[in-house]
Amino acid sequence: MARAVTPRRKMINTTLAWSVGLLIFFPILWIIVLSFKTEGDAIKTPIEVLTSVWTFESYLVVQDRSDYFKHFSNSVIIAMGSTLLGILIAVPAAWSMAFVPSKRTRGILMWMLSTKMLPAVGVLYPIYIGFIKLGLLDTRLGLIIVLMLINLPIIVWMLYTYFREIPGEILEAARMDGATLREEVLYVLTPMAIPGIASTILLNVILAWNEAFWTLNLTAAKAAPLTAFIASYSSPEGLFYAKLSAASVMAIAPILILGWFSQKQLVRGLTFGAVK
Amino acid sequence: MGKIELTQVSKSFDDTEVIPPLDLKIEDGEFVVFVGPSGCGKSTLLRLIAGLEDVTTGQVLIDGQDATDIPPAKRGLAMVFQSYALYPHMSVRKNIAFPLRMARLDKSEQDRRVSEAAKVLNLTDYLDRRPGQLSGGQRQRVAIGRAIVREPAAFLFDEPLSNLDAALRVGMRLEISELHKRLATTMIYVTHDQVEAMTMADKIVVLQAGVIEQVGSPMELYRTPRNTFVAGFIGSPRMNLLNGPNATKHDAHTIGIRPEHIAISTRAGDWPGVVGVSEHLGSDTFFHVKCDDFPEPLTVRADGDLDLRYGAKVFLTPDTAHLHRFDQKGLRLK
Repeated sequence: MARAVTPRRKMINTTLAWSVGLLIFFPILWIIVLSFKTEGDAIKTPIEVLTSVWTFESYLVVQDRSDYFKHFSNSVIIAMGSTLLGILIAVPAAWSMAFVPSKRTRGILMWMLSTKMLPAVGVLYPIYIGFIKLGLLDTRLGLIIVLMLINLPIIVWMLYTYFREIPGEILEAARMDGATLREEVLYVLTPMAIPGIASTILLNVILAWNEAFWTLNLTAAKAAPLTAFIASYSSPEGLFYAKLSAASVMAIAPILILGWFSQKQLVRGLTFGAVK
Repeated sequence: MGKIELTQVSKSFDDTEVIPPLDLKIEDGEFVVFVGPSGCGKSTLLRLIAGLEDVTTGQVLIDGQDATDIPPAKRGLAMVFQSYALYPHMSVRKNIAFPLRMARLDKSEQDRRVSEAAKVLNLTDYLDRRPGQLSGGQRQRVAIGRAIVREPAAFLFDEPLSNLDAALRVGMRLEISELHKRLATTMIYVTHDQVEAMTMADKIVVLQAGVIEQVGSPMELYRTPRNTFVAGFIGSPRMNLLNGPNATKHDAHTIGIRPEHIAISTRAGDWPGVVGVSEHLGSDTFFHVKCDDFPEPLTVRADGDLDLRYGAKVFLTPDTAHLHRFDQKGLRLK
């Protein structure tokens, strides 16, 4: 039997839940509010801020001063590029781990995940110097490679989990039907894993989009994505709250919208296999 | 052509030998059934023939050609799996056409063969459905359709009927036998159900712990089981295997007598006993009789009209012409 919930109890719970939710969301909400204010109004007390005039001024200034669409397209290219490259490499890896596991498969998977626990800053210099030597510094290709490598363990893990759900007999049937390994992966495994692959792509686009450490350290101007775009408004010229807020909103809006429309797919993807 | 020969084939997983070296010859057009209790290696043996598992030692010859190192896709064999293993994202038509597509047959030939197979298997109305929308029996037929379109050298069936309910199973059994008569292609069929083995096979291979216990026609195995294992495994209900003084009387360590070869009487006979549970099938009744001479109850087949209550005193008389005698090792005595 379900636990009895009195109306009063329910009201308290609801209020509490909303309060916590709003508390967590407040900084983002405030950024959105400030982005529509003038620089002068933005530093006033909260009440004055809310009652002052609303304006698009900050957005126009931001777009004028630093080319938003260049940063936006860099973000898109880097996020999509690193994810797709990662998928290309991870599909065969996850295939072999899921369908022809060896005694060491489990260990390799754990080891791959453990690399995520290494402090990134520890390898910053070797990679930075490597990038200089290879001429990859401040290039989109360089970032695509680095972000792909950083997220690869997650991509492999996720795909491995989805592939494990696919009965091996179906792949054996394909083999008996005369399919080569390539055809088996292309015509049978991949179409069956589409929902899982879609979730993986989505999550990794978001992770790559939000990645700030490498994107800030390995770019200057040419390949700078939106993270660098926000950062450029933070320190050197003092605190311009309104412009900084406008820049932040412009940077997070696309991924927020993407996440909003795909939340069902995301949740399904992340709990795949956990819930039947 | 579908002549398959295994020479000294063995299989080990890590350090465990699941199939010790064995030899087996399957003639073209034969319906061969591998039968044995679960875990006896019958499915592994089938997978070795299919190429889905690599042999540890030995050779697999298909039509005289050494196929040991040929991948499953190139062996020209078709397989029907226990789980059907249909491609869930493809329509029935595409499922059946898949092997033809892999063989790069032209589209019109693909369509011709698919519709032909669909007609044979009563699937014409379902060609545009997905496997998920079909019943178990229909899925099984799609799996068979996918196997027959490529006109393989041999069909491999891995317990294809075990996911179906009893009534459907009998129907599909007949359909597969019918298919074999019509195509006259080699079929290798794995099952743990000795009834399927007896009813369908030209030749039965009885396996236990990876070892071939006996190879022969259903009636050979029924009449002259080579050892107590085969004697107990083939035939339903199983043969009564008896030890003790009554066996010694026949110069054997163990004697075997099938339920249908024991006469039951309320007046006189060799072995007095008491009726336990009786199973009525309508045409026949199986009585489980506890005799004074044996620790285990004996199964006796009698006419369906014979009515004996629980606890009734009876006498059993074995038909000595159908008595099987085995030595200490369980091997048949001449």
